[in-house]
Amino acid sequence: MGNVVFIGVAVLVVVSAFFVVTARNLVYSAVALMGTLFGVAGLYVFLYADFMAAVQIVIYVGGILVLIIFGVMLTNKIATPVLIQTSMPNRALAAVVVFLIFLGLTTLLFRTPWHEGATVAPEGTVATIGQALLTKYLIHFEVAGVLLLLALLGAAYLSRRENG
Amino acid sequence: MDSLQSYLFLSIILFCFGLYGVMTRRNGVAILMGIELILNSANLNLVAFNRFGGLSELLPGHVFALFVIIMAASEAAVALAIIINLYKTFHTVNVDEAHEMRG
Repeated sequence: MGNVVFIGVAVLVVVSAFFVVTARNLVYSAVALMGTLFGVAGLYVFLYADFMAAVQIVIYVGGILVLIIFGVMLTNKIATPVLIQTSMPNRALAAVVVFLIFLGLTTLLFRTPWHEGATVAPEGTVATIGQALLTKYLIHFEVAGVLLLLALLGAAYLSRRENG
Repeated sequence: MDSLQSYLFLSIILFCFGLYGVMTRRNGVAILMGIELILNSANLNLVAFNRFGGLSELLPGHVFALFVIIMAASEAAVALAIIINLYKTFHTVNVDEAHEMRG
């Protein structure tokens, strides 16, 4: 049962990722990206990462994807299908390069003797992550806050109406 | 099926698709989608290593992936602001047509 669900989620991730990078219409790409993000959230559930799955759905699907769709709407004429690929020879070259990288990484993956530690299912990760963020990773947490503030100000500054 | 290798393999596939998107798309927003795929594959790696690596006291993989998501969110906001500016200036979002400063 678990295996079947895992294979289903994996197929969802791979197929929708394929459509993200090959769809001719940018809106279809964005919808396929939603499938990929939900699939990765499902994989997080398989990895006992309940908090990460929730964060994935809230921030990626609810935030970044909506932002991307806004970008598509503001910069495209939806009615006309747009060609958003490079020319054919360039695409073939890119496919060859990506395939070589894929082969290299896969060989590396299956040749390496991975050490697998003891795996205990945690009771729930929220309390642990919260504790870690406010003790061991406190400085990183604060710097992330500053980064978010800067991104907010920078994005607002860049997209003002009058271009100064 | 439920082994470290299967998750790493999925992450490799996601990474390769994302890289292909970044290399072949001309539209800035589509390139951004490819980057999101690559970041997701990295996150999947981190969480999988946390699950199978036996380091579960402070969940370092989860925290690291959380910071990657924070970074991705701010990166998407700034990149889209830049893309909208590009559209206002050049009336295109194809990154190869904005070559004003090419030597």
